[in-house]
Amino acid sequence: MNNEFSRREFIRTGSVSLAGMAILPSFLSLGCNRITEQSGLEEYYAHFNVDREMLQKVMAEALSRGGDYCDLYFEHSLSNNVGLQDKQVNSAGSNIDYGVGVRVLKGDQTGYAFSEEITLDAMKKVAKTAASIANENKKFPPINLQERVHPEFCKIKTSWEDVSIKQKIPYLQKLNDKVFSLDDKVAKVQVYLNDSSSYILFANSEGVVSFDYRPMVSFIAVCVMEKGDRREDFFASRSMRIGYEYINEELLDEIANEVVEGANKQFEAVKPKAGQMEVVLAAGGSGILLHEAMGHAFEADFNRKGTSIFSDKMGQKVGEDFVNIIDDGTNPNYRGTLNIDDEGILTQKTKMVENGVLTSYLHDRISAKHYNVAPTGNGRRESFRYAPIPRMRNTYMEAGPHSREDIISSVKDGIYVDTFTNGQVQIGAGDFTFYVKSGYLIENGKLTQPIKDVNLIGNGPEALRQISMVGNDLKIDCGTGTCGKGGQGVPVSMGLPTVKVTQLTVGGTNA
Amino acid sequence: MKDNKKMELAQWASKYAKENGAKEVSVSVSDSKESEVEVRKQKIEKIQESIQSGLSLKLYVNGKYSTHSTNRLDKNDLEKFIKEAILGTNYLAEDQYRSLPDRHLCYDGTEKDLKLFDSRYDSIDPRQKIDLAMQVEAETTGMDERIISVSGSYNDGSYRSYLVLSNGVEGFKESTSYSVSASASINGGDSRPSDYHYKTARFWDQLSGEGVGKYAVERALRKIGAKTIKSGKMQMLIENRSVGRVLSSLLQPMYAYNIQQKRSFLDGKIGHKIASDLLSITDNPFIESGRNSRLYDRDGLAARKMTVIENGILQTYYIGDYYGKKLDMEPTSSSASNLIFEPGDKDLSALTKEMNEGILVTGFNGGNSNSATGDFSVGVEGFYVKKGEMLHPVSGMNISGNHKEIWNNLVAIGNDPLTDRGWQTPSMMFEGIGFSGL
Repeated sequence: MNNEFSRREFIRTGSVSLAGMAILPSFLSLGCNRITEQSGLEEYYAHFNVDREMLQKVMAEALSRGGDYCDLYFEHSLSNNVGLQDKQVNSAGSNIDYGVGVRVLKGDQTGYAFSEEITLDAMKKVAKTAASIANENKKFPPINLQERVHPEFCKIKTSWEDVSIKQKIPYLQKLNDKVFSLDDKVAKVQVYLNDSSSYILFANSEGVVSFDYRPMVSFIAVCVMEKGDRREDFFASRSMRIGYEYINEELLDEIANEVVEGANKQFEAVKPKAGQMEVVLAAGGSGILLHEAMGHAFEADFNRKGTSIFSDKMGQKVGEDFVNIIDDGTNPNYRGTLNIDDEGILTQKTKMVENGVLTSYLHDRISAKHYNVAPTGNGRRESFRYAPIPRMRNTYMEAGPHSREDIISSVKDGIYVDTFTNGQVQIGAGDFTFYVKSGYLIENGKLTQPIKDVNLIGNGPEALRQISMVGNDLKIDCGTGTCGKGGQGVPVSMGLPTVKVTQLTVGGTNA
Repeated sequence: MKDNKKMELAQWASKYAKENGAKEVSVSVSDSKESEVEVRKQKIEKIQESIQSGLSLKLYVNGKYSTHSTNRLDKNDLEKFIKEAILGTNYLAEDQYRSLPDRHLCYDGTEKDLKLFDSRYDSIDPRQKIDLAMQVEAETTGMDERIISVSGSYNDGSYRSYLVLSNGVEGFKESTSYSVSASASINGGDSRPSDYHYKTARFWDQLSGEGVGKYAVERALRKIGAKTIKSGKMQMLIENRSVGRVLSSLLQPMYAYNIQQKRSFLDGKIGHKIASDLLSITDNPFIESGRNSRLYDRDGLAARKMTVIENGILQTYYIGDYYGKKLDMEPTSSSASNLIFEPGDKDLSALTKEMNEGILVTGFNGGNSNSATGDFSVGVEGFYVKKGEMLHPVSGMNISGNHKEIWNNLVAIGNDPLTDRGWQTPSMMFEGIGFSGL
C-alpha cells in the first residue's frame, strides 16, 4: 500500500480496498468533492447541498414573526483520536457531526433551534421554532447575500484529512518510548493524538454569507512514576490550529522532557504554608489568572445584565499603568484563533485593559447593540447545537517593564507557580481560583523547594490592582485549554509575561 | 415507546460490521428531544428546542479496538463509515483484553419498569413551560431592592437509546426529565454575590417551581458582606447539596481505570478502613424514578445493587469490563449509579448548633484533587460558625488536605439526603480541616 496516497485520491477512487489511509470516513455521501483549504463559497454551498435561494427561504421563515435579525450556521466536523496505553497504540476513534443552527434575535431575546438534517423542509421547520421568539406577522423580501471574505490566520500545509492513522501511530509510540527511556521510575505512560477539521458556512439577514475551515490538533502525554511506595503523575499537552507538519521529533522531545521532569519534581515537592502571600506567575500558562480573574468578568453578557463585578468599571483605572490585557483572535495558529467568529463577524485584537484602564468588554451581537458599540468578534459557540455567547479567544497580557530575575528577587517569602490544571470564577463576587500542579517556594529572592497541588484563590479586581510587576517575557501557552461557560466548551489559549501579584490566598498546610 | 426503526438500525449496523470484518460489535443508537426557556424581567430571554440522533459503535477487529460515532444515520453513509472504520482499526496494536463482556455478566433483556419515562412528554403545551419559567422569576419581584437580576429557567428532555451487542445482548432505555431553576444576582456593595436553586422531576405532574426563585434570592442575599478569615484547622460542615463535589474525589480512585493506570491512592484498599464508621454508601441502580437508575451500564453489564463503603470499610471498586479484564477482577459496574447514604439523625441546623468553631460550606470554587496521592485543595464559601452561631459569610478561602485523612475525620452525617438527585448526599461534618485564608 502506498503511504503517500492522498486522502483526495482515496475519495476519488471511492475504493475501500485502499483504505486504512484514514480511520475516518470523510464526507460520506454528501454528493460533492472534498472541500480543501482553497475551496470557495460555491464548494461550501455544494458541500452542504444548499444554494442562495434556499438560504433566503429559510431566513424569510426565520423572520416571519417579526424577529429583527437571524443567522444560519452550517457545520460539518470530523474528528479523530488515536491513543496509547500500556506501551501500545491500541485504541482509536472518530466522530462525525453535521447540522445547521438557526438563530433569531428580537432585541436581546434569542430564539434557537437546530437540525441534523439539511433539507429545505427541515430547515424551515427549525426556522419556524426559532422565529417564535417574536410574535408578529411579517413578510420579508429575499435577502441579497454577499460573500464576506476574511483573512486566514491558520494556514496549514497538510490537512489532517490527508493523514492516515498509519502515519500517526509511530509518533505516539516514539513519544511513549522516549518517556520510558528518560527515567527508570516511569511506570505508566498514556499518549493521545486528537485532530479535527471543521467546515462552517454562515449566512445572516444582514446579507453576509461566509465560510471557514478550522483545523485543530492536540497531543497529550500523561506519565506516572513510582519511587518506593510513592506514585506521582504529570501531564503535558500541545494544541494548535495547525496541520500535520506540526508533529515532529523536536515536539516529541519537548513533551517527553516536560512530563518526566514534571513527575520527577513532584517527589521532591512540598505544600507551601497556607495563607496570603506574594505570588509570582511564570510566563506562559499562568495566563489562566487573566482568563479566570478578569477575562470572564469582562464578557459583556454578564455586564449587560449587571451581574459581573466589573459592570460599573468601564473607563476606570483598574490596574497599574503597565498592565495591558488583550483578547485576540488573530494570533496565527493558536487554539483560540478564529478568522470569523460564530456570528459571522471578523475577528480582531481587542484591548480590554489599556495602560491600566478598562477599555472594552468582549461582545457578541446582542451586547454590542446593548452598549451601542461595534461587536468585537467574541460571539462563539461549541457547535451548531448552541447559540453563540461572548467568549474569550487568546487572552494575554502584553510584556511589561520588569525582568524575570528582578521580579523573583523582589520576593522574600512567597511562591512561584508554573503549571496549572484548571480554574474557576464567580463572576459577581469576583472570587477566582486556579489550581497549581507545580511550582517553587521563593525564599529570600530565590526559587528553592518545588511545590505541588495547591489551589490559589483571589478576587478579580483586587488581584488586578495588585499586579505590581510585569515581566518583559510574554509567552503564549500552547496547551489544550478548553473554556466552559453555559454548558458550552470552546478552545482557548492564554499567555502572560512573568507577573508578580502582591497577595493571593494559597491553599497550603496549616502547621 | 420503542422506535422499531432505530432498533432495526442498531441491529443492522451490528450485522453489517460483522459481515465486513469485525469479530464483535457493540452498537448504540440514541435520540433525544430537549427544550429550554429562560426568562428575565418577565420577558423571554431565550427559547431553544432541539431534536437529535446519533449512532455509536465499538469495534473489535482481529484483536484490535476502536470507537466511532456519527449523527448521519443514512444507511449509505453508514456503510462507508463502518467499512472505513474497520479498515482503519486494523492498523492498531492487538489488545487481548478487548472483547465484549462475558454473556453471563450482561443484561438478560428482562424488562422492568423503573418509572423513568413520562408518556405525557410530547403533549405538554409550550405555553405551560414558559409560564413555569415566568412564575419562578415572578415570585422574586419586589422581594428585595438589592436584586440586580434573576433568571428563571425551565428545561426538559426525553431520551431513548438502543444497545445491541453482537453476542446477542439487546437493551432499550427511555427516560424523561423536567427541571425549573433560578439564578439570582444581588448588589452587595463592593461585591455582586449570586446563587441558584433548582428542582427536578421525572414526571411533569411532579414538577413544581414554587419557592425556587425565592430560595435562590435568599441564598444570594445572605452572602452579602462575606469576609476572609484567618488560616487554621477547624470543623467543616458541608451542606448536603455541596457534598457531591468532595465525594467525587473519593470515587475517582475507585474506578478501575485509575487503579490499572496506577493513579489511585485506593489501590489495594478493598477491605480496609478508609473512612469513619459513620460512612456507609450503597450503589442502587434500581430505585424507581431515580436520577441514575438503569438496568445495564454502558458496557451492557447487568446493573447490580452493591455496597460501596460499609462503616468506613471499602467494599468494592467500580470495575468496567475492559479494565476488569486487565486487572483480572470481575466487573462490577463501569460507573456509579444512585448513591444512598446511611443517614444520621440531625438536620443541617441542628448540626450547625453542634459546631464549636468552623465553617459551614455552602459552595466550592475551583480546585482539584490528585487521585494518585489523595491530595486536594479546593476553594470554599459559606459561613463562619462559632459556638453554634452563624456569625458571617466567608469567601476567598481554600481547604486543603488528603482524602486518606479527612474521611476518617467525618464526625456527623445529616438526616437530609437529596432525594431528587442521583447521589443522595446528606450534609456531612468533619473535624480538623485545614482552611487557608488570611
